[in-house]
Amino acid sequence: MKNHPFHDVAIVGLYNTPQARVLEGHDGNSIAMEAALGAVADAGLTPLDIDGVIGGGGATDFIYQHRIGPVWRSMSGAGIPAVLEAASAIAAGFARTVLIAAGSAGMYTEREATAPWTRPANEFVVGFGMFTAAEFALIARRHMEVYGTTEESLATVAATIRNNGHVNPEAIYFGRGPFTPQDILESRMIADPFHLLDCAMTSEGGCALVLTRADIALDLAQPPVYVLGGSTDNFGPAYQNPPSFDLGGRRGPDLINGWVGRSAARTAFSMCGLGPSDVDVCEFYDPFSFEIIRQFEAFGFCEEGEGGAFVLDGTIEVGGRYPITTDGGLMSFSHAGAQAQMLQRAIRAAQQMRGECRTKQVPGAAVAMCSGGGAGALFTDVMLLGKERP
Amino acid sequence: MTLLVPQSGAIPLPRPRVLSQPFWDGLARGALLFQRCEECGGSTHTPATVCAHCGSPRLAWVPSSGRGTVYSWTIVWRPQTPAFTVPYVPIIVDMEEGWQILSNMVGCAHDAVHVGQAVEVEFHALSADITLPYFRPR
Repeated sequence: MKNHPFHDVAIVGLYNTPQARVLEGHDGNSIAMEAALGAVADAGLTPLDIDGVIGGGGATDFIYQHRIGPVWRSMSGAGIPAVLEAASAIAAGFARTVLIAAGSAGMYTEREATAPWTRPANEFVVGFGMFTAAEFALIARRHMEVYGTTEESLATVAATIRNNGHVNPEAIYFGRGPFTPQDILESRMIADPFHLLDCAMTSEGGCALVLTRADIALDLAQPPVYVLGGSTDNFGPAYQNPPSFDLGGRRGPDLINGWVGRSAARTAFSMCGLGPSDVDVCEFYDPFSFEIIRQFEAFGFCEEGEGGAFVLDGTIEVGGRYPITTDGGLMSFSHAGAQAQMLQRAIRAAQQMRGECRTKQVPGAAVAMCSGGGAGALFTDVMLLGKERP
Repeated sequence: MTLLVPQSGAIPLPRPRVLSQPFWDGLARGALLFQRCEECGGSTHTPATVCAHCGSPRLAWVPSSGRGTVYSWTIVWRPQTPAFTVPYVPIIVDMEEGWQILSNMVGCAHDAVHVGQAVEVEFHALSADITLPYFRPR
């Protein structure tokens, strides 16, 4: 596509380390280092080919330990914003080949409490026992009240994603199913309407991704995957203010927190002239089952309030029109710490574009949409990946 | 059925900031304060430097009626930390003056909380400096 900002950019390296509930012998930096090297090798590159790095401690360790400095570096964490920033940095000429690496291990040791990154100690939430499940539950409950969305729809999402993980040997919960929606509804309640099996797990692991110039990509080990579009929506700090579905309003009635990600999705689609009906696989971020329903509405796959019905008839299974979260996602594949897991939706979307998924590969998939965040956290990131150069 | 009551364990205490100190000072003397815009009349919470509706910096701290209705709710069965006793019911309240606050419900059966329920503030002191605003049916 003429003048596409990422015409000259490609994703060329992907890697997930082993993921586990607890990774013995690792901390966040050591597992991120392992992931970084894995992604570089996957691309057919060596560390010295990397001249740009995005990420926290593990990523900067990679710069130091491999003595590849000076390199361009940014701290935009991991996840979709990091991929978009890497693509932008390559397009702008700051770097030729950018590594994004993240890892988490050894953070969650007090198992009597919820994981530490789920409960920031802000003054307006801390005294009321808030953590992520409760934050997202307040969003889901409002939607159920206004639109009549049912627990059965939520449970169908959770069962679908968990069944994708059930058959994925790389998923932490491989072989733990299969699940019916009724199994989800019969699991113990965490934060109404979320049962245990409506919620992401907590786990440990690392992952990394490498982008480079499209002309360089043609000579590398893997089929290039292209960034067709993307953007990020944010309504302010996560987990500090009331997580209201109706927060917002000064920009327009359809751009409230309940539809966070809508503006970003419009930008992403307009960058490449595509729409929801062009998407072959939806690697949506699944912290809680309801979030998938909300994202289908926010991103324009269905009308507001219709997401509950949208997910019920097989549409979201591999083989259906809009298969979701095909590796098992945060619920069954892995939900490593605060950063690594944000990148794993992008990695899976890229794996789908390469056609290399060992399980639940969507046949012939040419466009993938991935996301991160959710209305309970006041932000949503979206990105479109494709097999064809934009 | 569990009758919801204020938490009695050693729950974590809010740490006021410069911007929010008047809010917590108000609670300590039994007043639920919010910021009213002296230009557009709009209400703002959580404490801010400018009006959430028009962006004006001319905000004044004023007392709320303490009355509102439940906007959304959840019943928590897996506590944030063991300091919290379950079940507890986080709620967002639509206040009469047109602002929202996050709180917990008290004085009500845990399974009787519903959207649109009429509620009023109930103060519970945790320390000399910190009082939490809970809400009960009215």
